[in-house]
Amino acid sequence: MEVVLATAIGVLAASGVWLLLRPRTFQVLIGLSLLSYAVNLFIFSMGSLSIDQPPIVVPGVPHDLQHYTDPLPQALVLTAIVINFAMTALFLVVLLALRGLSGTDHVDGREES
Amino acid sequence: MIDWAKAAMPHLIVVPILLPLATAALMLLVAERRRRLRAALNVGSCALALAVAVALLRVVDERGAAAVRVYLPANWPAPFGIVLAIDRLSAMMLLVTAVIALAAVVYSVARWDRAGVHFHPLFQLQLMGVSGAFLTVDVFNLFVFFEILLAASYGLLLHGSGAARVRSGLHYIAVNLFASSLFLVGVALLYGAAGTLNLADFAARIPQVPPADRPLLHAGAAILAVAFLAKAAMWPLNFWLVPAYSAAGAPVAALFAILTKVGVYATLRVWTLFFGIDAGESAFFGGTALAWIGMASLAVASIGMLASHHPGRLAAWGVVISSGTLVAAIGFARPALTAAALFYLIGSTFALAALFLLVELIDRAREVEPQVPLDDVDPVPFSIAYIERPDSNLDEDESVLIGRIIPGAIAFLGLAFMLCALMIAGLPPLSGFLGKFAMLSSALAPDPALAGARVPTPGVAALALVAVLVGSGFLSLVAMSRAGIRYFWAPQERAAPRLRVTETLPIAALLALCVLLTIRADPVMRYASDTAQSLHRPAGYIDAVLTARPVERR
Repeated sequence: MEVVLATAIGVLAASGVWLLLRPRTFQVLIGLSLLSYAVNLFIFSMGSLSIDQPPIVVPGVPHDLQHYTDPLPQALVLTAIVINFAMTALFLVVLLALRGLSGTDHVDGREES
Repeated sequence: MIDWAKAAMPHLIVVPILLPLATAALMLLVAERRRRLRAALNVGSCALALAVAVALLRVVDERGAAAVRVYLPANWPAPFGIVLAIDRLSAMMLLVTAVIALAAVVYSVARWDRAGVHFHPLFQLQLMGVSGAFLTVDVFNLFVFFEILLAASYGLLLHGSGAARVRSGLHYIAVNLFASSLFLVGVALLYGAAGTLNLADFAARIPQVPPADRPLLHAGAAILAVAFLAKAAMWPLNFWLVPAYSAAGAPVAALFAILTKVGVYATLRVWTLFFGIDAGESAFFGGTALAWIGMASLAVASIGMLASHHPGRLAAWGVVISSGTLVAAIGFARPALTAAALFYLIGSTFALAALFLLVELIDRAREVEPQVPLDDVDPVPFSIAYIERPDSNLDEDESVLIGRIIPGAIAFLGLAFMLCALMIAGLPPLSGFLGKFAMLSSALAPDPALAGARVPTPGVAALALVAVLVGSGFLSLVAMSRAGIRYFWAPQERAAPRLRVTETLPIAALLALCVLLTIRADPVMRYASDTAQSLHRPAGYIDAVLTARPVERR
């Protein structure tokens, strides 16, 4: 399972970085989103990767990391998702403003000549 | 005053975060139409924040008392709850922020707060983010405060709109979002390596990290450093800064002078806590890299300054010069050099903020001149047509040239520009020179207290630092003098600009503080030395944070 998760994070991050370097603003936005997916999966994977061990306390089971996944990275991921969502919305607004002011969707505001 | 401050401790520690938040919330209840009321609330809140910052500085700097004060906002003890702590470094940064904020907001009241909507709430939220970043000891809380200050800075940068601002704003947002992703990756790796998010707890656990996990720790710290250094505008991740800061409105750019210092502060805090002298196998990890990256940024920024013609771009490159100097000095891990860097930080930040405010006034005074293009491409060389023939005392209109009275406004602008140039270039008699001289002398005389520890070899790096510092001073002097000649001496027929008091007073106050820094350099340098000593021996900070007891319920 670790291989699958690592591959997924790698593919998302690589696609995100490649799109981030493209000349069209919408591609940059999608690249930032893919990169944030990769980062969120990465943070999540820093808690122990286990199957069928939700971090919800069951009475009678000892409270340690052998029996539950680590809930802290999940809290970090939630915060990161919320922040990235707001930033993506803001970036989209600025993208539209640049499109309106410069007439083109090139990141530099003018087509390269 | 110090008595009521001590009585208000430890709750006084959280005031720099809560006060701007409450002010912003209050301002949003007031309609945008009532701009004067919002402006009054903003100025009042900034003045109060300045008073609180001075009080905190006095409390922290008291001889014989604990130098680190800790606050538990949620009343949970250290590794579990988020902790706020103030030591000398945080108090100093809070004071610098408060001074610059007050200057910028007084300047903005004249006309800039009208250029768009919600300037004042965004300004206060920016202050909240910056203050929180200086006070927190939890690395994920640091991320959250970074995001708050970045979000507010996006709004402030776009204030007033226009193609140049929106374009450079898009680039600024994209680079900072990428840096935030790197921040998260670094935090995740550090958590995976040591199992805690509290910086002090982390620092205590570093010597016990098993050798198999140590590369994970180093990788996490390095990625985190990339995020901080991108914020601090280190080469090669600093190309977003010059277009953004030169396109921003004047009070916004002045406030942004402190944002790169947040990146420098984060680097300094995390590096000295994690990789100090008692970090075992990881002592001084990455110090050499920090030194060379800082020097490279300093070199690139000096060349960039030489290549710029518009004073706004000069000031923006000056910000990179200032951060590069600080990061380079930090990487040497010598208390004397760090102390000199902190002294330099104060003076250079004030001078850069004053210069950003000044540039706007200079532009306004140049209304009759042919306009220099304001976008990134800056091809206009020094125009020969402005040079007067040396053998005549008459200008083109046959009126007397030498002996003409200079209008007071032009004299003020010229004098202020000269003082800013002296500060940025690091020339006597101002405090920029004192800071640079202290850095040069500390770089060339290795600190005997660290003999035997694994420090970066002082030979090549220290000589390179000396060379780059002197070279950057020279190049920035050339660039600033050229701009000064072109904008003050060369033009002939120019009406005196009308300057408002609310615009000239902040500039005069900031420059007066720079002069005061020179006159009272001894106490400030003593404070900076104490700060540097406690930074490079982090055991006191770590103990104070980890042993803070929650308040018992009676």
